[in-house]
Amino acid sequence: MPRNPSYGVALRPQRSWESRLRIFLMRSESLRGYLLLSPTLIVMLLSMCVPFALMVAMSFWTQNGFDFDKSFSLTNYRKAAASPVLEVLLIRSLIISGTCAIFTVLISYPMAYYVAFHVQRRKMLWIILMTLPFWTSYLLRVFAWMVILGYNGAINSGLKWVGLIEEPLEFLLYSPTAVVITLAHAWAAFAILPIYVSLEKIDRSLLEAAADLGDGPITRFLRVTLPLSLPGVIAAMLLIFVPTVGDYVTPALVGGSDGMMIANIIQVQFGRANNWPMGSALAIIMMIIVTVVALIYMWAARKATDRIV
Amino acid sequence: MKNVAYINRPNRPLHLYALVYLAFLYVPVLFLPLFSFNDSIYVTFPFKGFTTTWYEQMLDNKPMHAALMNSIRVASVAALVATMFGIFAAKAVTRYRIRGKKPVVGAIMLPLVIPGIILGVALLILVSRLGIPLSLYTITLGHILISIPFSMATLIARFEGFDKSMEEAAADLGDNAWWTFWRVTLPMAFPGVLASLLLCFTISFDEFIMAFFLAGTESTLPIFIYTQLRFPQKLPGVLALGACILAVSFVVVFFAQWLRRRGIAGSSNVGV
Repeated sequence: MPRNPSYGVALRPQRSWESRLRIFLMRSESLRGYLLLSPTLIVMLLSMCVPFALMVAMSFWTQNGFDFDKSFSLTNYRKAAASPVLEVLLIRSLIISGTCAIFTVLISYPMAYYVAFHVQRRKMLWIILMTLPFWTSYLLRVFAWMVILGYNGAINSGLKWVGLIEEPLEFLLYSPTAVVITLAHAWAAFAILPIYVSLEKIDRSLLEAAADLGDGPITRFLRVTLPLSLPGVIAAMLLIFVPTVGDYVTPALVGGSDGMMIANIIQVQFGRANNWPMGSALAIIMMIIVTVVALIYMWAARKATDRIV
Repeated sequence: MKNVAYINRPNRPLHLYALVYLAFLYVPVLFLPLFSFNDSIYVTFPFKGFTTTWYEQMLDNKPMHAALMNSIRVASVAALVATMFGIFAAKAVTRYRIRGKKPVVGAIMLPLVIPGIILGVALLILVSRLGIPLSLYTITLGHILISIPFSMATLIARFEGFDKSMEEAAADLGDNAWWTFWRVTLPMAFPGVLASLLLCFTISFDEFIMAFFLAGTESTLPIFIYTQLRFPQKLPGVLALGACILAVSFVVVFFAQWLRRRGIAGSSNVGV
C-alpha cells in the first residue's frame, strides 16, 4: 500500500485544511470503491437477504392442502421441538460433520506441512494438485465412493476375489462411516488451503531461533509450528463443519437410513411431503443451531489460543 | 532458503505420506473411468473384459444430449454474468481503499459456506412467491449467485499483483476511465478473467444441489446423472459419462488454475 493516511500531517496543525482535504479524498476514495462494488454487493445482498426473509416468514405459516395458511403460527416449530426423529437427525448431523471436520484436518495437516516446509520448487503445482479434485463434480465424487464402498462395490468384490473375505463387509456402504469418508474426501481442499497458508506465513527465523536454543524437531514443532498454525486449523475445521452439516447428497447416496442427516428431511419437506412451511422452519432451526455451535467453537478456540500463544 | 535447509532436511515418511494422501484424493475418482471399460453391468472385480459399449451408447442417448446442451447453456451464461460481477467487485476492493472492506468482502463470500440446500430452498421460495416458473433461467440465477464468490476470489488474486502505474500512465496520457479499463486493465487482467470464466463454468456445469431445487421440466447434466443412479442397469452408462466429464473438468480446471496462479505463486494469498 503506497499511500499512507494522515501521518505527518497531524504533526502540522497549521495545515489542517490539507488534512481535511486528505480525509475528504480518502472518504471519496472509499465512496468510489463502493460505487464500483455496488452492483455486485447489491445483487448478492438482495439474492441472499430477500429469500431468507421470505423463508423466515414462511416458517410461521402452515401448509393447508395445496395452499398456505398465512396466519402467524408457531405450529411448525412446536412440532419440530416435539419430534424425536428430528432430534436424532440433528445430533447425528452435528456428530458426523464434527467427526468429518476433525478427521479431515488430521489427515490434511501433514500434507499441508509437507508442501509448506519440504517442497522447495513447484509449490504451485502441488497446491493445484491438492485442490484439483475439489473443482470436479461433487455428485460424481460421491458416486465414485458409492462404486468403491458398495455392497458389491470395488472393495468388497476385490477382497472377495482375492479371497480375504467370504461375505461382503456391510458396514462399508450405507453407514455414517461411509458419509464421513466421502465428506472428508470431498472437502479436503477446505482443510489443506487454510492450514497451508498459516504454515507458510510462519517466520522461518523463529524455527532457527528455536533450533539454536536447543529445541529438537519435535519440541520445535510443538512449541513453535503447531501454535502458530492454529489459526489455519481452526478456520479449516469451521470451513468444513458449517457446510457439511447441511449436506444431503452424500447421506442420500452413501448414508443409508443410519446415515441420514437433517438436510435429507428438509429436502423431503420440499419434495415428497410438500410441506414448505415445515421445511423452512427446519432449515431455520438447522441454521440457528449451526451458527450457535460455530460461535461457541470460535469463542472456545479464541480462549484456547490466547492461552497457548 | 539455504540457511533453513538444516531445519527442513528431507523427511522420507512425510514424503511417503504426501503420496498416500494424493492417492486418497485421486484413486477413488479413477474408479469411474476404470469400470467404464468393464464389460458388465455390475461394478465389481474381477473385470469381465474390455468394452467401449458404454461409450458407444452415449452417442445416441437423446435425453443425455439435451441435458448436456442445457448444462452448457446455463454454465456459459452463469460464467459470463458471474465474472462480470466479479470484475467489478475485485477491481473495487483492490483498487480503492474501502472502509469496512472485510465485512463487505465477507458478505459477498458468504455463499461459499452456506449449505447448498439452504440457498437452494430459499431461492426456490423466492421464485415461487414471485410467480416465476421454474426453468433453466432459475437454475442460471442460482449458479450466478454461487459463482460470484469464486470469480471474485480468483480476480482479487490477479488484481493484487497489479502495477497501478500502468493505469495511471494511461490516465495521464489522456485515456478516460472507460478506455483505461478496456486498453490497460482488461488486457493485463486477461489471464485472471479467463481463469474466472473457466472456473465458474465448471462450477455451474457440475453443480447439483441448487439445480435440483430450481429445475423445471428441463434438466441439467448432474440432475440427469442423479436420476440415472436409481436404475442399476444404467450404472455403466453413468460411469462412462462421468469419466468423460471428469476428464474434461480436470483439463479445464488445471488450465484455469495454472493461469490464475502464474506469477502469483509466491504470494500468500492462495484463496480456494
